[in-house]
Amino acid sequence: MDYKTVLTTCTYCGCGCNFFLEVLDGELVGTIPCKTSYVSQGGLCIKGWNVHEFVTSKKRLTSPMIRKNGELQEVSWEEAIDYTASNLKQIKDENGSDSIGFFASAKVTNEDNYILQKFARAGIGTNNVDHCARL
Amino acid sequence: MAGLAAAFGSGAMTNSIAEIENADTIFIIGSNTTTCHPLVAKRIFRAKKNGAKIIVADPRKIQMAQFADVHVQHAPGSDVALLNGIMNVILENKWHDKNFIDEKTEGFESFKKTVRDYTPEKAAEIADVSAEDIIKIADAYANCEKASIIYCMGITQHTTGVDNVKSLANLAMLTGNIGKESTGVNPLRGQNNVQGACDMGGLPNVITAYQPVISDATNEKFAKAWNTDILPQVNGRTIPDMLDGLDNGEVKALYVLGENPVLSDPDIKHVNKALEKAELLIVQDIFLTETAKLAHVVLPGVCFAEKDGTFSNTERRVTRVRKAVEPVGDAREDWKIIQDISNAFGYKMEYESPEEIMKEIAALSPSYGGITYERLEGDGLQWPCPTTDHPGTPYLHKDNIARGKGLFHAIEYRPPAEETDDEYPFCLTTGRVYAHYHTGTMTRNSISLDNEIPEGFLEINPEDAKRLDLLDRGRVNVASRRGEISTRVMITDRVPPGVVFMPFHFVENSANVLTNPACDPIAKIPEYKVCAVKIFL
Repeated sequence: MDYKTVLTTCTYCGCGCNFFLEVLDGELVGTIPCKTSYVSQGGLCIKGWNVHEFVTSKKRLTSPMIRKNGELQEVSWEEAIDYTASNLKQIKDENGSDSIGFFASAKVTNEDNYILQKFARAGIGTNNVDHCARL
Repeated sequence: MAGLAAAFGSGAMTNSIAEIENADTIFIIGSNTTTCHPLVAKRIFRAKKNGAKIIVADPRKIQMAQFADVHVQHAPGSDVALLNGIMNVILENKWHDKNFIDEKTEGFESFKKTVRDYTPEKAAEIADVSAEDIIKIADAYANCEKASIIYCMGITQHTTGVDNVKSLANLAMLTGNIGKESTGVNPLRGQNNVQGACDMGGLPNVITAYQPVISDATNEKFAKAWNTDILPQVNGRTIPDMLDGLDNGEVKALYVLGENPVLSDPDIKHVNKALEKAELLIVQDIFLTETAKLAHVVLPGVCFAEKDGTFSNTERRVTRVRKAVEPVGDAREDWKIIQDISNAFGYKMEYESPEEIMKEIAALSPSYGGITYERLEGDGLQWPCPTTDHPGTPYLHKDNIARGKGLFHAIEYRPPAEETDDEYPFCLTTGRVYAHYHTGTMTRNSISLDNEIPEGFLEINPEDAKRLDLLDRGRVNVASRRGEISTRVMITDRVPPGVVFMPFHFVENSANVLTNPACDPIAKIPEYKVCAVKIFL
């Protein structure tokens, strides 16, 4: 049996509570509050206590998909990346940079968001970047 | 955030969560704190125990109202009138902080002229509250050492959202409750990393740390750092503008990272129609969301437990996210997916790790300048943190307001975009429930949470329910000018007569089929909190 706990930050609301994720043999099995967390001080709400559950949901996406004949079909990463990049390129060439838009995300990390807006601005050449702060 | 940026020069929570405990008066407006930010609510309860006065202004009898010294159920969308009324009382009684206003602010005279018209009686009539309560709130807020304002989407999700926020900034400046511990104007951010997404330039008008895209200096700096000569010096499109662009053919492709606009945006029919017109819809997410179902390409990203990185919370605190388990199936880290696409597209990226990305962020973003993964061990760091020996900043505007001088705005009350009438006689307001989160992508896939509250509902006052012959837990139809849904009735006096409430987490009876996409002209926030509906069996 291999058991470990990993200190991290909650993915739900903006409080930014910290807790330990319990990992048993590579599987998430539970959440333990963190007493030394500056924000949550050993407390958690109902969503925080159960935050590990959605991670192991059977409905998680596990493979890239491309729509073929009207249906989303599983494809390799190579095909998905090529398809996406070449179509973006074609649309940019035909309609200009500002015909492409990006939704950044309040759910992903700072690093992920930074890379997305860098790609939009420096790669594509558009400032069409926004996220759902308003919503 | 546009409202706070205009008033103070910085659009973020001015103070810290921990400071709430030591406030003397806490004014909570448009925040259902116990439901949406439970761990902030805990600090409010501690403040109450320490003797603080609690004021709640919310159209609904939210849980926090039980603990309030004063609770007003003002009419949805009447916030400016209510706040101007409160400030009128403060001015009339000379409870304002003259020294602070003279030294640290500007625009006071024209503001004063506007507020003079909002007598408590007039404000009370517009907001449907009592003039006595307005006076009580003014007294409690102005006549104490440290008063703190806490607000959330109940303030911002209006066509007058920016006006509402500017009014709160006015109130804080009027009484000198800014730039000191346990005071300030404190927006509670609804999503874990919405602050970070803003900080990272996930906005159409700024790159990281709010460096404007329309600026030769910024443009030059990033062109050099990013090795590119195509950075546009023109503001991009907001989300509603991108959707409109899809609809009218000006936008052809959309790359959606971890968002579900089909459920979260107002007037779902319009959103669906716009997305269906996309020539290329790329969705990168962890579940096959309603939006992903429309995509041409679906890219499986990873969730917070499967990656390293950082989040920035509502009080500007940057903390570490640490990888606990491997991604499911073939899912990949989001930054890696984007990097691969960028390289295939022809723009080179060669990052080895999120830590390497953070080094670049710190080098290019003044307020993140001192942030390193090493320094984030422990409590994290609150920005501004410009250098590696800077301890971070618990509260903003300490010696001087970031803008130079705080700016008063003269704000007149404007009614909501859609008011009730004979055909649509009820005012619908939307929000969250304690067990669910946003569009439910995560919480509805969590067995314990979905069992807790498995379906949507419509809160309606007993008086209205009786008149319409509704049964508690019975089914009912709700329609607005934009759409119709069926849901279950919850008869409760949490809502006053004439007002109904629905949570927006549930795809089966999505409240945003009904809501009004009319936006605030500046912040472009849709008016989720007010629309006119009819209810029928």
